[in-house]
Amino acid sequence: MKNIFKISYLIILLLAGANQVIAAEKIELLKTDWSFKGLFGKFDRGSLQRGYQVYTEVCASCHSMKYVSYRNLFEPGGPEFSEDQAKAIAANFEVTDGPNSDGEMFIRPAKLSDKFVMPFANVKAAQAANGGAYPPDMSVLAKARSGGVDYIYSVLLGYEDPPSGVTLEDGVYYNKYMYGNNIKMSEPLSDGLVEYSDGTIASKEQMAKDVTTFLMWTAEPHLEARHKMGFKAILYLIILTILVYFSMKKIWSRIESKV
Amino acid sequence: MSDHEYVPKSKFGKWFNDRLPLLSLASHLTDYPTPKNLNYWWTFGGILSFCLIIQIVTGLTLAMHYIAHADLAFESVEHIMRDVNYGWLIRYIHANGASMFFLAVYIHIFRSLFYGSYKSPREIIWIIGIIIYLLMMAAAFMGYVLPWGQMSFWGATVITNLFSAIPLVGEGIVNWLWGGYSVDNPTLTRFFTLHYLIPFLILGLVVLHIWALHIPGNNNPVGIDVKKPSKDTVPFHPYIVIKDAFALLMFMIVFAFFVFYSPNILGHADNYIEANPMVTPAHIVPEWYLLPFYAILRSVPDKLMGVVAMLSAILILAALPWLDTSKIRSAVFRPLYKQFYWILLADVLILGYVGAMPAEGLYLLIARVATAYYFIHFLMILPILGFKEKTIPLPLSITEPVLGGFPNAVIAKKKESLD
Repeated sequence: MKNIFKISYLIILLLAGANQVIAAEKIELLKTDWSFKGLFGKFDRGSLQRGYQVYTEVCASCHSMKYVSYRNLFEPGGPEFSEDQAKAIAANFEVTDGPNSDGEMFIRPAKLSDKFVMPFANVKAAQAANGGAYPPDMSVLAKARSGGVDYIYSVLLGYEDPPSGVTLEDGVYYNKYMYGNNIKMSEPLSDGLVEYSDGTIASKEQMAKDVTTFLMWTAEPHLEARHKMGFKAILYLIILTILVYFSMKKIWSRIESKV
Repeated sequence: MSDHEYVPKSKFGKWFNDRLPLLSLASHLTDYPTPKNLNYWWTFGGILSFCLIIQIVTGLTLAMHYIAHADLAFESVEHIMRDVNYGWLIRYIHANGASMFFLAVYIHIFRSLFYGSYKSPREIIWIIGIIIYLLMMAAAFMGYVLPWGQMSFWGATVITNLFSAIPLVGEGIVNWLWGGYSVDNPTLTRFFTLHYLIPFLILGLVVLHIWALHIPGNNNPVGIDVKKPSKDTVPFHPYIVIKDAFALLMFMIVFAFFVFYSPNILGHADNYIEANPMVTPAHIVPEWYLLPFYAILRSVPDKLMGVVAMLSAILILAALPWLDTSKIRSAVFRPLYKQFYWILLADVLILGYVGAMPAEGLYLLIARVATAYYFIHFLMILPILGFKEKTIPLPLSITEPVLGGFPNAVIAKKKESLD
């Protein structure tokens, strides 16, 4: 019994450890207290709503989010805007629909069922407008970078003057945490860049944290449901395991052998 | 099989059973005499059956929502993760299930190596097992390509390119595999087809694997033949069923932790970036369970010889029943083999580690030494050891060590469980 526990524990450590080694970064990433980590981790609603504001006012001018729909904004486990708020948000955007009965394409305001409207028509247009660099789609960004949310948070706060001896090309910026330290995005955040309606002070750190939380949600919209179900499933399994263990002991007691 | 003839009680049962002996089969499976000293390492056979069923059931469900097209595959996976009811759960079970499947199969294989389960009269069981393992690797590799992320695309490119090492026809074979001049939509659709097919081949082979097992019966930690049925054996039901169930539940708890609390830790972040033939990832690594073979591949400077070494590393296992010349099955009674067994296990873990690292400098040197040792173990140490090793005398029956009649075996068994 004890051995099995010990061994499973060692296996987990080994697998996790090996992965850590693989993912190990040279530079220690900035850390902050994410509310969604841990067994009972949940998103902070306020932070998600503020994060949406930062995304839409700052990031969305270049970064698309093509897998997220406006309806997601009021669904449980997310920012949980009211349905009317989500409708109002969607109505700010225009989508091309059609063809209508005359065979014409037409423009209408976005609906809840629409995906987030993209800032550029296609990748080429995005590259042309951004000095050749394609601003990556942000839908799953938090899962698409090793280091995850810590990495994104660090990059947002990692802008600094290049060390002496390093010269940068035009339109390239120095970032302490970016792979290769060169980034084509200028520093997106500065203190007071947005005005939060809930009175939170919009410091650089606060905005970075909020928008990163929002990105974690867009990458993993069912994270809360997963954590909740995981706790129930594992508790159920543990209780069942204990019951089966005693049944096993009872059954095996009929013969002179140990299990 | 020594179990007595089964006669159904009811008239209908008898009528049915005379025409299709399903009831006899059920009775055989229930009564199947199993050595009573099997330890928990023997529960992984049942666990592996569970893994296969889980992969098939979740895989079928995913296939209903997945679209095997280069332009739509990535999006359809995101659709599963976001919009399909519990799609995230099904996909995470399937993705982590692959890792759990390999974890279990490695334990199963190394159990077999420790207790000599591959030896006469169980060679066929072992060889079928190796074929299953090969098919598992093929299925897992092709499954990893389906989400059409960066690692999918580039992993597929690297692995299929290995065939270009074959002299003369290599290039042609690669183009034939791709269905074009690079990994593209035709590659994806055929990989999807094969990924759907292989699990059912595995299922068929598992039936043969179990059938072949039921002819000689289970090996056991002492490694001696047991009389069946006798006081050394217990009927499969309820004794082994409840024990397998208990072990399976423990396994499921570990499984659930991965699925619910770190579903992406065993994957690679780059696979959440849609495949882009224009951008190569910084380093391309396979999934963790293929790393030891990847290390062997890269440790040989010549491409063709690297591929040969990698394939030999797996196929050499099929010859194991004849490479191991010792008549004694269990390592419990083979003091020298036991040492080499642990060295081999460490060697494979080291290969796995360096397989994840860039193939340069010290890592490459370690990979080369470990690769050489892997082959030395099977081709030199095992054949010679069978003749040179002084083994510990075997007990007459498994009841003897269990009841404490044979002190050496008891001590050995205790030490085993500590390891």
